Amino acid sequence: MCLGIPARLVRLDGDAPLGTAEVAGVRRSVSTALCPEAAVGDWVLVHVGFALARIDEDEALRTLELLESMGAG
Amino acid sequence: MRFVDEFRSRELADGLRAELEHLVEPDESIRLMEVCGGHTHTIYRHGLTDLVPPGLEFLHGPGCPVCVIPMGRVDDAIWLAAQPGVLFTTFGDMLRVPGRRGSLLEAKAKGADVRMVYSPRDALELARRNPDRHVVFFAVGFETTSPSTALTVLEAEADDVQNFSVFCNHVTIAPPLRAILETSGVRIDGFIAPGHVSAVAGTRPYDFIAEEYGKPVVVSAFEPLDILQSAVMLVRQLHEGRAEVENQYTRVVRRDGNPYAFAALERVFTLRETFEWRGLGEIEQSAFRLRDELARFDAEQRFAVPGLRVPDRKACQCGQVLVGAIRPWECKVFGTACTPEKPLGTCMVSSEGACAAYYAYGRGKVPA
Repeated sequence: MCLGIPARLVRLDGDAPLGTAEVAGVRRSVSTALCPEAAVGDWVLVHVGFALARIDEDEALRTLELLESMGAG
Repeated sequence: MRFVDEFRSRELADGLRAELEHLVEPDESIRLMEVCGGHTHTIYRHGLTDLVPPGLEFLHGPGCPVCVIPMGRVDDAIWLAAQPGVLFTTFGDMLRVPGRRGSLLEAKAKGADVRMVYSPRDALELARRNPDRHVVFFAVGFETTSPSTALTVLEAEADDVQNFSVFCNHVTIAPPLRAILETSGVRIDGFIAPGHVSAVAGTRPYDFIAEEYGKPVVVSAFEPLDILQSAVMLVRQLHEGRAEVENQYTRVVRRDGNPYAFAALERVFTLRETFEWRGLGEIEQSAFRLRDELARFDAEQRFAVPGLRVPDRKACQCGQVLVGAIRPWECKVFGTACTPEKPLGTCMVSSEGACAAYYAYGRGKVPA
């Protein structure tokens, strides 16, 4: 239910808080009212047709680096 | 898929397993409650219960919105769907939830106009395209979902859409957690908190768990590596005698949550005095209704919804599953009278319900 799908924002529609997000090659309209700072090319988390948050790529990399360090020592 | 596949790596999972085996002593018993049904689904789908050391146990919590809807509200939804001129819209998850006399899907088979939508925006679009019908949207979900309903109501208001209303069942995450800590008698050592609820609500709603109950909390993302990492963080807190709210899902979750979502919620909703939860009973200030000034978009104001209280079927033990008191396979009717094809209780309906997830991925491996 609280599923969020990572999608890349490929278009923003002028004034309306709407855009187009692409998930695995499939494009659909999303509202960007909940993350107005998102720009074309950004990764966002899409839930029930709304971009809920911008996904911070640097933080994702940091988490992966931390994961890689676990159990290695 | 980006941000998904990387967090499913087998090699990294092996590292995390080694770390947990190193941390958890053989004679320890650590019980972590994953609050969100999405986490429950990942845990069973990826077999994490078999991956973690025997001293570590996952308890499944109340964070599946489909599961916590009481039967009376399902009956109210079916009643609404049967009203003349109503076009009733719902997320797919709710279609098969059993009411006292069948589900929305069965009501559809009997002639009610029930349609599955992916987004509340789709429900509003149906209202625009069907001006001679009244479109009701069955709004369910925690903080992840309620801002979407709020923004859709605001859009309906801005466009003066006359034939659209919301049957609001939105709930909030903190009150049921407090209820479980206060009343269930179940020993929980730490909480894996829901990542997408927290993308909206931030991490502050869980502060009371650390401060008042002295239990650690880690807000977690949804892939198997995320959940294993959250388990490592919780075990470390426990061993170091810390009780803090930590954030594993830093790529999405901010401490203060999403300010645009808060603003939309504030404009549209107000807290109900009390709301009934399956398995937990009445919980004060745990759910939203529409503000009085938006009453024309409130299905409960526009229609004389019966609002009956209906007790669960006697054989159904969803209530105990939802607070972690029993595991799915310990329910008397699990897999016999209650199956995903013919569910008796809500936990067997949604793929995020603990029973449905265990039925799909864990059967035949009933732990001792």
